[in-house]
This record gives sequence, C-alpha cells and structure tokens, in this order.
Amino acid sequence: MKVKDNSFSLDSTDMKILEILQEDARQTYTTIGKRLGIAHSTVYDRIKRMEKYGVIKKYTTLIDAEKAGAKTITAIMTIITDPKESEHVAEKLCKIPQVTEVYTSLSEELQIIAKVTAENQETLHEFIATAVAPLPGVLRIRTSIVTKKFKETQPLIVNDPKRLTPTENKNKSREGENKSEKRVGNKSAKNCF
Amino acid sequence: MKNESETKALKTVSREKAFYFFTSIGNYTGESAASLKEFMEKINTVNIKSLEFHLYRGDFEKWVAEVLEDKELAEEIGNLRPLNYSGKTLRENLLNLVAKRFKELAEL
Repeated sequence: MKVKDNSFSLDSTDMKILEILQEDARQTYTTIGKRLGIAHSTVYDRIKRMEKYGVIKKYTTLIDAEKAGAKTITAIMTIITDPKESEHVAEKLCKIPQVTEVYTSLSEELQIIAKVTAENQETLHEFIATAVAPLPGVLRIRTSIVTKKFKETQPLIVNDPKRLTPTENKNKSREGENKSEKRVGNKSAKNCF
Repeated sequence: MKNESETKALKTVSREKAFYFFTSIGNYTGESAASLKEFMEKINTVNIKSLEFHLYRGDFEKWVAEVLEDKELAEEIGNLRPLNYSGKTLRENLLNLVAKRFKELAEL
C-alpha cells in the first residue's frame, strides 16, 4: 500500500503493526515485535517512520463519556446542501467544537453527515438553529438523537483475525509482561494529546 | 410618524438573526424569515408541524420580541398558546395576527 504522497510504501509488516496498535496503542515495541517475530528496534523504526509521514496521526484515548460522568447527548445530523456550498459547509462544521465527525455523502442529493454532542435537547436545538441552519448553502437538516450506543470503536484499517499467525496469537497471552518497557503510545513516546 | 420600535419591526435582519423553521428538535425545514413580511409569507406556506412546534415552545414570540423588537405582536402571539389551536386553525389565526400587525406598521 502506497502512502498518498508516494514518499514510501507500507508493506505487510507495517500493516500488521498498525493492526496491533489499533487494538491497543500502549503496547511496548518488544511486545509488538514478539507478536510479529521481528526485533523491537524494527518495530520502533517502522512506527517512527509512519508517524513522520502522517500514517499514524496521533495516539488518543477512547473514553466512555457516560462512565466518565459526562451528561451529554449525541445526535447525527444529515444536512442537505447546495452542491456549490457543500465543501464550505463541511469546512465550517469542522471548526465547531461540538461537531465531532463530518462526512460528505452522495445519495439522491449531496449530503453532509455530522455527529454532534450537546448538553441536552434544548441546547442541541439552539445550536443547530443558530450555528448550522444559518450557514450559507444549508437547504434542510434532519437530526436523529442517539438513544443507545451499542458499539463504538476506531475503524480498523486491517480487520482479518486469520492474518495473525499462531505464534502471534500465543504471544497475545503474554501481553502485559515487561511493564517497565517503554510503551508505544505513552506521552514520553509521543505527545499524544 | 413611526416610533423607533415600529421602524425596527419592519427591518430586515441578518441571516444569523433570521427565524429558522423547524418541525422538531434539530429538523430544519429549509425555510427562514428575516423580516416581518417574510415571516408572514412563511406562516402561510411552511409545514404546519413547524407552526405547532414553534408556537408551543414560545419561539415565535421570543424572536418577534428580541429580534424584531415588537413587544406588542410578541404578546399577541403568546396569547394564542393557551388556545391550543392546531393545523389549519392555528395557521389562520397566526397569519391573521401577523398580517394585521404588518398592515398597521406599514400604514403608519
């Protein structure tokens, strides 16, 4: 797989490293190396290279907002736009902190799909009425309020469990060993947040 | 001669201050009004659900009072709420109120 600017290509080892990091970015270089049967220095070099070229954008934390005590609601907005203004609307939405995800989609009409969080239904409505509906090019908005979350993960770029060899699977049980080792996704490895 | 608040009531406001018609929380119809005249026209054509949604939330009177600065019309719209009108009756009564006020102001 070639990186977009053609600076370098990702091989199967890089892809496997990414797959492992997506499971848990706090694994050590040694643990990853053991799982893949390669040296930890190789893992280090490859991760650093993928960070340098922006393949790995950042290490972040997936928080269960409910357990963290945040009392917010989530809604999915489907925004029908004038095709000429669609890009501008999407760009403006990206700048709004309450909007956490923005996508464009083409069905019968050009649509923007955006995920938004708000304190309650009233602030959600106020936000859409004052910050989204007035954007030039917005024709209509349909909003669905999320009532129950069944799953939330980061999308896996590689998602084939059969690709892990028996050795790798066996090594899985050894995760958590060598706690003192430097973890890939910790703050000292990279400014994560 | 028109007083200051009456003049303001006939102004056209910026896009940010316009009234945006929704049918329920977050569901925007695509219709908006930036002046009393436009508001009157939209009352006549917008989805009836939108009139019901906004009237009973007090959105119309709030916008008329705060943006158009017409306390008199805002109060009259507020007086419609306890009457529990819906559908065509609501549209007609709301339209009558706003059209009457618009005519009054325009003739001053």
